[in-house]
Amino acid sequence: MSEKDNGVATATPKAGWDYAPAPETVKVSIAAKYGHFIGGKFVPPRGVGKGEPSHFATINPANEQTLAEVAQGTTADVDAAVSAAEKAGRAWAALPGAERAKYIFRLGRRVQERARELAVLETLDSGKPIKESRDVDVPLVAAHLFYHAGWADKLPYAFPGRQPRPVGVCGQVIPWNFPLLMAAWKIGPALACGNTVVLKPAETTPLTALRLAEIIEECELPPGVVNIVTGDGRTGAALVSHPGVAKVAFTGSTEVGKKIAGATAGTGKKLTLELGGKSANIIFEDASIDQAIEGIIAGIYFNQGEVCCAGSRLFVQESILDMVVRKLRHRLGSLRVGDPMDKNTDVGAVNSKQQLATIEKYVRIGAEEGADLHVGGGTPTGSNPWASVNGGFSKGYFCRPCFFTGVQPAHTIAREEIFGPVLSVMSFRTPEEAITRANNSPYGLAAGVWTDKGGKIFDIARQLKAGVVWMNTYNKFDPASPFGGFKESGFGREGGVQGLRGYVQL
Amino acid sequence: MGWWCEGGAARRALESKMRTDSPRVDSVMAGERAASFTKRSIKSSAKASGLRLALSMVDLTTLEGKDSPEKARSLCGKAMVPDPEDRTLPKVAAVCVYPNLVRECVTALRGSGVKVASVATGFPSGQYPLEVRLEDVRRAVEAGADEIDMVINRGAFLAGRYDEVAEEIRQTKVACGRAHLKVILETGELETLDNVRRASDLAIRAMSEVGVRHEHGADFIKTSTGKVQPAATMPVTLVMLEAIRDWYERTGERVGMKPAGGIRTAKQALHYLVMVKETLGDEWLTPDLFRFGASALCNDILRQLRWMRTGVYASGYDQSES
Repeated sequence: MSEKDNGVATATPKAGWDYAPAPETVKVSIAAKYGHFIGGKFVPPRGVGKGEPSHFATINPANEQTLAEVAQGTTADVDAAVSAAEKAGRAWAALPGAERAKYIFRLGRRVQERARELAVLETLDSGKPIKESRDVDVPLVAAHLFYHAGWADKLPYAFPGRQPRPVGVCGQVIPWNFPLLMAAWKIGPALACGNTVVLKPAETTPLTALRLAEIIEECELPPGVVNIVTGDGRTGAALVSHPGVAKVAFTGSTEVGKKIAGATAGTGKKLTLELGGKSANIIFEDASIDQAIEGIIAGIYFNQGEVCCAGSRLFVQESILDMVVRKLRHRLGSLRVGDPMDKNTDVGAVNSKQQLATIEKYVRIGAEEGADLHVGGGTPTGSNPWASVNGGFSKGYFCRPCFFTGVQPAHTIAREEIFGPVLSVMSFRTPEEAITRANNSPYGLAAGVWTDKGGKIFDIARQLKAGVVWMNTYNKFDPASPFGGFKESGFGREGGVQGLRGYVQL
Repeated sequence: MGWWCEGGAARRALESKMRTDSPRVDSVMAGERAASFTKRSIKSSAKASGLRLALSMVDLTTLEGKDSPEKARSLCGKAMVPDPEDRTLPKVAAVCVYPNLVRECVTALRGSGVKVASVATGFPSGQYPLEVRLEDVRRAVEAGADEIDMVINRGAFLAGRYDEVAEEIRQTKVACGRAHLKVILETGELETLDNVRRASDLAIRAMSEVGVRHEHGADFIKTSTGKVQPAATMPVTLVMLEAIRDWYERTGERVGMKPAGGIRTAKQALHYLVMVKETLGDEWLTPDLFRFGASALCNDILRQLRWMRTGVYASGYDQSES
């Protein structure tokens, strides 16, 4: 294209403009091998059985390379961690609330100061886009710590007329979808209420929790107030069944949640469970459609759909179904899938090979049961449905955002939690039908309602059996707002004054 | 007067339908979506090509009472050679002036490919009798303007007299003849995004009803005169782009978009390009379908491009005013 000549009608730049790669350039140091954080210091694993590996690898799901070796927590490790927490408990509980608050505020500030490093580490270990770990996860971590620090010296006001006392040692088991954020959700209220903690991060995403341990060291929290033991499901089972643990908090699958409920029944342990979901997102014909499309996208493709409250069942009023499907297809085309470390990536890598296999299973079942698959960006959907969402990536665990139309309520993909970027689109005709179908689920974690009519939106929200109902928005989180489920989505609340309830004796 | 003035009952029915037909806009979510475009990281080659593209989309504008023929000629010089030290840069899309300076610009730009746009219809207020506004348009076209930037009758729009607004747009479009029309909604005075959407739909439909098709390019909707604050904002532009998208999907007709006023920096321009790309697609990333109404923007783009080329920022006195 030459613009030098001063001739007639010079060529205008050709249509078509794309973003150059924009990799996040901050490098974080990661040790080759990590132990557990017990009693205020990192210690090697103990009591490892003969021939058993003492460590296992945690990998980067975007390129399948090993990031570090982390310790497989044994019963002896859990014992040591619980007794360290018990030992620290008396002095911690005796501290005036305002003193405890200082420590928690300090943690929040240090998280902010090291935000970029934490975001990069989170993205490396979990596969989520750097844009989300930078703009959502890490800022929310700090927000939760600050919020709960504020409660530490005001607990009597949270429970007027009562004398809130700490519960004791809290055994907390957290998932891999928001590794550091879930740690903050758990640690914040526990510490504010005067408890001590043994935290077990998810098997596939332990690195940010271990970095948090370093921050805890930096902030000079009394040794033993927070202990972190890494490992797989066996470590978690040892922790929740440990007799020294007075309170169990678990976030994860409904299947494991049921086992924990069984294991803790009759032990006198306090229990809160935040489990799975199959949340309904309901779009009425009088909604602001283009904005509702954004809500659908935020609801199901945020964090690759690996969100317990993901709006994975979409109910669209029949009169606008075609338009919504068309707009959704168009919008999918502008979602950028790929390297999570690129600042322009919208959908990163699925967390693990195992989870990718789960998603594959459901995509195949969806197609077999007769629903129609749609993939963004004009990607043709051939006879092999999985190839069209997964094909073309040489390394890493990737799944393109997609949705199914023609889904019947009895279909597997309309009932079971997929935990991936796969949306089931269904239609309804009347508000009553929408409510009935939305509530027709064993889960009840969240829901979304979209209409421009004020009275209607409150009326519908009131009738939805879900712990969180978002009106004309989706996936908004605030530490002051309680989060938790109905039915098989669990019980107990996290965040808000209600979230303190699980961490005090009255 | 043409066919559109007949069949009053049917037309009134259509008008009242239009009142309820435009989709509602949720301002919170629209604002969030608009902000999300500013999170895109545009670096290196994407930045260089984006800035060149943005430069080629500028309507280099001067709309002041003290504008002189000399200033118009100088503006035209800048339009054709934005940076004398880098002649590989594209020309801007158009110069935009008051009707009295159109002839001056036509002469200065002859053969360059840079278009002459003229504001008309009693710009910026539009508070003149319709006949005077239409005469304004005819004279600007006669003087050689390629493009006419009209203002809508905000008084009638805010009073709910949509049929009157639409009728005036149709008549202006007829008066334009072969000149391209840009309909300025003056969104700062419409206040709500619901109004922006309704005015966009109304203007697009009215222009289309006249049935004059251009061989190249299109008619435009435009945010602002630049004389009212706030002028162009990202949420407003987003809502207008969505109206254009919906019209294209329904009819296959392409309408152009021109945010004007308040876009001063190269970085802002890139945010707008991202928004166009992700809302309408690459097809709209051409001066035929997207323009920036701006004066200060041009120099900031040149400053950034020179920095990318030489590693040195130009100082203010190094650049001609625009």
